Amino acid sequence: MFKGLAVKNLKGRPVRTAVLVILTVLLSVTVFAGTVIVQSLRSGLDSLGSRLGADIMVVPREATSKKSFENMILQGSTGYFYMNSSVAEKVERTEGIGDLSEQFFLASTSASCCSVSVQIIGFDPETDFAVTPWIKKSFGRELEKFEVVVGNDLNAFVGDELSFYGTKVTVAAKLERTGTSYDTAVFANEETIKELIRSSIDRGMNDFTDVDPDRAVSCILINTAEGYTPEEVANDINIHNTKVRAVRTQELISGVSDSLGGVSKIVGILIAAVWVLGAVILLLTFTMSSHERRKEFAVLRVVGASRGKLAGIVFREALITCLLGGVVGIAVGLLLLLPFSGLIEQLLSLPYLMPGAGRIVLCALAAVAATAAAGAIAAAISAHRITGQDTGAILRGDN
Amino acid sequence: MELIAKDLTKEFIRESKGTNRFVAVDKAELTLTGGETAVLFGRSGSGKTTLLNMLAGLLTPTSGSVTLDGQDIYSLSDRELSRLRNQSIGVIPQGQTAIHSLTVLENVLLPFTLYNDLTDDACAYAAELLERLDIAHLAAAKPSELSGGELKRMAIARAAVRRPQLLLADEPTGDLDDENTREVLTFLKELAASGSAVFIVTHENDAADYADRALRMNKGVLTEAEKQ
Ligand SMILES: Nc1ncnc2c1ncn2[C@@H]1O[C@H](COP(=O)(O)OP(=O)(O)OP(=O)(O)O)[C@@H](O)[C@H]1O
Ligand SMILES: [Mg+2]
Repeated sequence: MFKGLAVKNLKGRPVRTAVLVILTVLLSVTVFAGTVIVQSLRSGLDSLGSRLGADIMVVPREATSKKSFENMILQGSTGYFYMNSSVAEKVERTEGIGDLSEQFFLASTSASCCSVSVQIIGFDPETDFAVTPWIKKSFGRELEKFEVVVGNDLNAFVGDELSFYGTKVTVAAKLERTGTSYDTAVFANEETIKELIRSSIDRGMNDFTDVDPDRAVSCILINTAEGYTPEEVANDINIHNTKVRAVRTQELISGVSDSLGGVSKIVGILIAAVWVLGAVILLLTFTMSSHERRKEFAVLRVVGASRGKLAGIVFREALITCLLGGVVGIAVGLLLLLPFSGLIEQLLSLPYLMPGAGRIVLCALAAVAATAAAGAIAAAISAHRITGQDTGAILRGDN
Repeated sequence: MELIAKDLTKEFIRESKGTNRFVAVDKAELTLTGGETAVLFGRSGSGKTTLLNMLAGLLTPTSGSVTLDGQDIYSLSDRELSRLRNQSIGVIPQGQTAIHSLTVLENVLLPFTLYNDLTDDACAYAAELLERLDIAHLAAAKPSELSGGELKRMAIARAAVRRPQLLLADEPTGDLDDENTREVLTFLKELAASGSAVFIVTHENDAADYADRALRMNKGVLTEAEKQ
């Protein structure tokens, strides 16, 4: 029953207890959701790095000046642009190129699967090294003509028939989630996408009216040969080809990295601020206890409770509150994070991939630990203050 | 059992009044032995509660000593002194002293539950005490449902429940009617008869009739008084 005293104290003062629990819930939600968001951004970035899969991407110059390329990669907005294959051939003769593969982009205006326009990415199965290895994870064989692979966020399933500009294609596979713009993209081989590009031009629905689908390239992916750095090769291309721009993927990612660092910092500061604030409020509630409570502690001293026992009661009260608040906070955090991760991703407009269950459990443990630590510090200080007072003096209090 | 207070002095710092130092209890000498009941009279503010708290180990004296069976209680560690008070010293503090989240019975059993050593025997004795003090029907009630006098009797039962060698009562009959006052004083006298030393601070002149000795406190000075 001595152990029960802390519980009874909490039950006996429901308002105070409710305030304490709500506070610790807040603390726990912030720490938990904050760390999960930062983790998600990290895994999103990692995922992006491995998806891009090339050292250098070469695109028409106007694609980079209008930012349409960057937005396409990082934010999942749709875009397409073309360079003439003669321009591409000149680029491809640059020294220091190891692997090389061409890609072809198109954006659908609408499709049965999707309310918004969809990015279609075509690759050359002969030379591709960036998309194929990843598609192979979800799909065993090679893509046939008029077959596509869809990103995880699209509302289309294996066997579905989609229509782009009147041309019908079937979904051969659905990819696993990456947390990047690729989740809303559709992949097709070169043959298929050229048909789609042709359909869009025939229907007058392509912004590039005078493009010849057979001689159009959107992007050249390059891995540098041994002995050359991506920087050298990219510079070389940029100096000798005025119509294109070679972008190092590292450069692209470091842009994201920077904003990620910014977001992490803000989240970190937020967590620290809420934690300190929470700890201070906990401390105040525990310490500025009512006269009645101080007197009750004095009574416990009278019947023979040592300072240690009093501290034990305060600690137990704090621990129960914090564990309860911590666990509820994690539940609330999950309720916020799981259904709204899409919204969070949109708000941050950064690659966002929820970490695995193991990582989430770690974040949850961290949140409970942080909450309990705040409670323990508050309890320690208030226990020290309560037990430091002269029992005789407290008892005199109100008579 | 023998409690000896020697040269017991308590000074308080009071900045509001002219002199900084204020002597609440001045070189008190007192010996209490088991089986004996002593009452302490004195005007309000004369230092009675201060003396009682020092005897209980609840207020560190400015100088002097309190020894219980030869053991200087203020040389003990907080843990040892707390345990000693728990087992051997029953204190009925002045005013209301209930733990509000516990029932009346749980309040009375607190000295046991605090050290996790509640026995059937203890429960039986607690029930007997509640019966004796006429609050048995309130055993399951919360302190907020009790009258001042009922709370006072609850505090008396709590102080007596461990059958302490020394019982220190600070105005135990303060909130009680005449009949209850007689009941409580008789009860305390019985405790003394069973071997405990009982020390009662009171304004009740009749209390002397129940006591072996009467003491008087006047402006911090403790003297033995004539028993009328
Ligand atoms: N902690 C304290 N700080 C300052 N002065 C104190 C303190 N405790 C007691 N005093 C003073 O010591 C004097 C004696 O107080 P005490 O409580 O012992 O009186 P008392 O005899 O018990 O009075 P009453 O019959 O009203 O209970 C009082 O003048 C009081 O103001
Ligand atoms: Mg008093």
